[in-house]
This record gives sequence, structure tokens and C-alpha cells, in this order.
Amino acid sequence: MTKARALPAKVWAGYGLMALALLIAPFIVGQLGGNSWVRILDFALLYIMLALGLNIVVGFAGLLDLGYIAFYAVGAYLYALLASAHLDFHVSAWIILPLGALIACGAGALLGAPTLKLRGDYLAVVTLGFGEIVRLFMNNLDRPFNLTNGPQGISGIDPVSLGEFGFNKGITLFGQHYPSSYAYYYLFLVCMLIVVFVCLRLENSRLGRAWVAIREDEIAAQAMGINTRNVKLLAFALGASFGGVAGGLFAGFQGFVSPESFTLMESVMVVCMVVLGGMGHIPGVILGAVLLTITPEILRDIINPLQRSLFGRSVVDPENLRMVLFGLALVLVMLFRPAGLWPSRRRREELEDDSP
Amino acid sequence: MSAILLRGQGLCKHFGGLKALTDVNLSIVRGTIYGLIGPNGAGKTTLFNLITGLYRADGGTLEFDGKSILTCKPHTIVRCGVARTFQNIRLFGHMTALENVMVARHTHLKAGVFGAIFRPPAVRAEEAACRSEAQRLLHYVGIGTQANRIARELSYGDQRRLEIARALATEPKLLALDEPAAGMNPTERETLKNLLLQIRNDGTTLLLIEHDVKLVLGICDQLSVLNFGQCIAQGTAEQVRRDPAVITAYLGSGAA
Repeated sequence: MTKARALPAKVWAGYGLMALALLIAPFIVGQLGGNSWVRILDFALLYIMLALGLNIVVGFAGLLDLGYIAFYAVGAYLYALLASAHLDFHVSAWIILPLGALIACGAGALLGAPTLKLRGDYLAVVTLGFGEIVRLFMNNLDRPFNLTNGPQGISGIDPVSLGEFGFNKGITLFGQHYPSSYAYYYLFLVCMLIVVFVCLRLENSRLGRAWVAIREDEIAAQAMGINTRNVKLLAFALGASFGGVAGGLFAGFQGFVSPESFTLMESVMVVCMVVLGGMGHIPGVILGAVLLTITPEILRDIINPLQRSLFGRSVVDPENLRMVLFGLALVLVMLFRPAGLWPSRRRREELEDDSP
Repeated sequence: MSAILLRGQGLCKHFGGLKALTDVNLSIVRGTIYGLIGPNGAGKTTLFNLITGLYRADGGTLEFDGKSILTCKPHTIVRCGVARTFQNIRLFGHMTALENVMVARHTHLKAGVFGAIFRPPAVRAEEAACRSEAQRLLHYVGIGTQANRIARELSYGDQRRLEIARALATEPKLLALDEPAAGMNPTERETLKNLLLQIRNDGTTLLLIEHDVKLVLGICDQLSVLNFGQCIAQGTAEQVRRDPAVITAYLGSGAA
């Protein structure tokens, strides 16, 4: 009896510690590594949102989407167009962000409707094409009239603000001033927690079950009365809407968007986060996103000084080395942990009996 | 309400030059067990797939409960009230037994995206009811104690029964079983037979493909025998057993 009562208390204590850690994280990181590391933390949160959105499509429903970053781009450009001097609109972020979710959702449905008849590799190729098309649109829509400002991108985007408080001004705590990346950290944290909550709820629902059923056996899922086309479309649209929100936040945070931020490499990166962490497992995907955002930055911090001390100059550009190490890490993970670093129990079994 | 639940007339299906089914008629009476037998490759599963919407017939009519289902998609046909199992078991292998059955309650639940996210009391109640109904069905087919085991870890016989529970969860008027006794030992067959009779007594009509002639002759009210895509005999077990065409198809022309 006492043990049964003690357990929830322990769990609550665990949650409490986690909450505390999340709350003070930027201050600790800022203290240790400077403000640039707080920015990296902000990006990690954005990537968690993206990875969780893609996880609905890839992890739950089992549809490989290689153009996911397009929805991020849609959200970011929507924010940039509606809140900057470029078209001279200055709409509040709190209107743009839900609108971005809605429009990305629509874009997801638009992409899904004609393509979801395709399976596996074919779907992957079509989504890859879609991602590139969106990027090329952003790149070339400066003519006939200047909508996206082409490759130069849109700058001077309004920051997110809440009433009088502008997130770009940073926060002052105990007489000490902290720059904007601290303020945005809390905004992103709240958004990420909402996304995690939504994902958890969806996973344990009628829809979540239907998605997993489709992933396991599409024909059997149909035979259970599941309208597979609609349910898959819903996965696409919902995943896309998370991307849209993350994109809007990115634009507000960065103050600048250009097509360069939405290349195929970014899509691949998000897919890697999902696959590396553990497809369909929410904590795993979060781990994947954090690892893949932070490790390259750590490498950058280590490799440059290391090269200088060894050779006296920079021999290899850390950016190139990053890709090599990345590929190596992926190969190793696929060899030794094919279901990802932190897979769900179900998924682990699924992948283990496929491999000999 | 007509006594005939399912009526197919002149059903044809061909794959390229292969005529899998030619001009097949059948009518299934409510509350009975209808058997479909025939040698391997006779077209039994093809007929099944026509009825459950996996294939589309090239000709003929197919009426279920007074409505034409000839061109319906599989998921619509399930909503009309036809549920099926598969010859080579198609469970959601990595879900638990209970989850498998809960998936099949899909059409009877209403929660959409917002319902799932905000989980209002109505959705909570719906989920709880879904869970207990799934548990009840597992008991009903006799694997109530296996609810939390992963489906593919179950024994072969239990997997077959789980498939039946899953199909029953859609609340069908017609339950179509594709070789439910395949791979079962005699004891398991006996329990299966009792289960099938129980299902019929509880008001569900059954359509059964089966190779085990003893089982089929024992429980079916009506039979159709297919050979090379054509219906060669129809009637009660006794009539079919004596039919010369059936004996020829099974044993060769010298035996008759």
C-alpha cells in the first residue's frame, strides 16, 4: 500500500525536477557557453516541434515524407509577408501563427490528396519534389511582382510580442539583462510543450490507433472500416500544421527568411531526427532532435581549435566534416540500433524481426 | 426486411486472360451459416474479395441488405455490415490483442482531432466503452486472458480467434471467415466450431470458406461448391455430398 502511494510521489518529483531543469536551462547554458548557445537551445526547441510534426506522418502513419520542410517554409514566409515592411503588413503574431498552422494544414492536404495513393518510395519521391517546388517558388516569386523578394529573402520581420512585451528586447531579471534568445526560449518551450501534449493525446486516440493500424497492415486496416485515404490525409495535414507553426516562430525569432533555410538538406535533417531518435516514439524523437541540433555545434566548437593546435591552421571546414560524421553516425545507428536510439517497445520488435 | 442478406448474381472476375470467377450466383439467408468449398484455386478467396470490396467484379450484381455493394470500397462495405478475416492471418502484429480489437471499433467511435486532443467527457466515456467492449469480445472468443499480449506472440489458434474478435468488433451482419480452422489441431477445431455456432445463435450470419470438410458439413446450412471459377453445386450439406459433379471435382472422374 505504502509503495503504491510512494510511486506517484516519485513520479511527480521527477516531473518537478524536469520542469525546473527546463526553466533554468538557458541560464545555465548561457553561463557555460555564452549567448550563442542559448540560441542553439532555441533552435533545438524549434526542431523538436518540426520532428514531432513529421513523426505523425513518418512515425505513426508510416508515410515517408521527404519534403516536410516545405510546410516550415510556408509558415515562415506567411509570417514574413504579414509582419514586415516588405508588403507593409504588420499583423500580430498571435493571429499569424494559428493562420500559419491552418495554411500549412491546407498545403499538406493539397499535397496529400493526389499523392497518397502512392506507396513507399514513390510517395517519398513525390514529396521530395514538392519540397523543392515550394523552395523554388520562394526563390523566383520576385517577378512578375515582388512577393517573396527572391533569393535575397525578406528581412526586418517584426518580432513576436505579447502586449507591451517584445520578445526581441530580452528580459531583465534581478537587475541583470538577458538578450532576446532567453525570452524566445520560454515562448518556444511553451509551444513545444503544447505540441508534445497534442502528440501524446493523438497517439492514444481513435486516430492514433488507426494510423498505427495503417502502418502495420493497410489492407487489414481497410477491412476494419478505416477510410485509409482520409486518415492518411489527416496525418499529413496535422503534421504539416506543426511545421507551419514552427516556421512562423522561426521567422519571428530570426527576423529574416530566405529560401536558403528550406533546402532539401533541412528536410533530410528532420527525417534523420525522427529515424535516429526512434520512429513513432515521442521521447525518442525529442532526443533525436536535440542530439542532431546540438552535436554539430559542439563539433564546431571542438574541431576548429583542435585543428589549429594540431596543424596550426584550419585544414577541413567543420561544415564538411559535419556531414561526414553525420553519415557515419547514421550508418552506425542503423547497424547497431535499427529501431533508433530510443524506440518504443512496439517499434523495436517490428524492426528487429525484419532484420535477419 | 427480406430473408436474404446477401445476393450475388452472375458474378464474374478475370485477371487478364484468367477467368477466376464466371457467372457465380449465391444467396445467403439471414441467421444461417453459408459454406463455400472447392479445390485449391477454385476462386473461393476471389469471391470473398469481391464481397468485401477488395476486388471489383467485372460483371454481375451484388446486393447486401437491399443495397448494391458492387462498386463500394472495402471500408464502406464494413460500414454496411460485412466483416472478414483473412486466409493468411493479417493482424496488426505489434499491437496488443486488446488494441487490435479496439482498432476495429473505429467506425463506432466519433472522436475527431479536437476530441482526441481535448478529450472531453464524451470522448473519455467513448474510449472506456470501447476498451470494455474489446475486452468483452476477447472473452467471447475465449482469449480474454491474453488481452495485453502482443498479437504476433499469440499461438496460431489464438491469432485466428483474435481475428474473429476483431471482425466482430465492427458489429457485422455478415461475418466472412476465410479458412478459420487452417492450422488448428482437433481440439481447437472443436472449440472453433462451438464458437461459430454461438456467433450464429447470437444473430450474426456467417460465410465460411473451409477445407475441413467435416467441419463444413457439420455446421453449414447451405453450401456452394466452386471449381475453376464456376459454381458446380449448391444446396444443403447432404445434397452436395451426393452430387456427382462434386465427387468428380474432388476425387476425379473415375471415382463417381
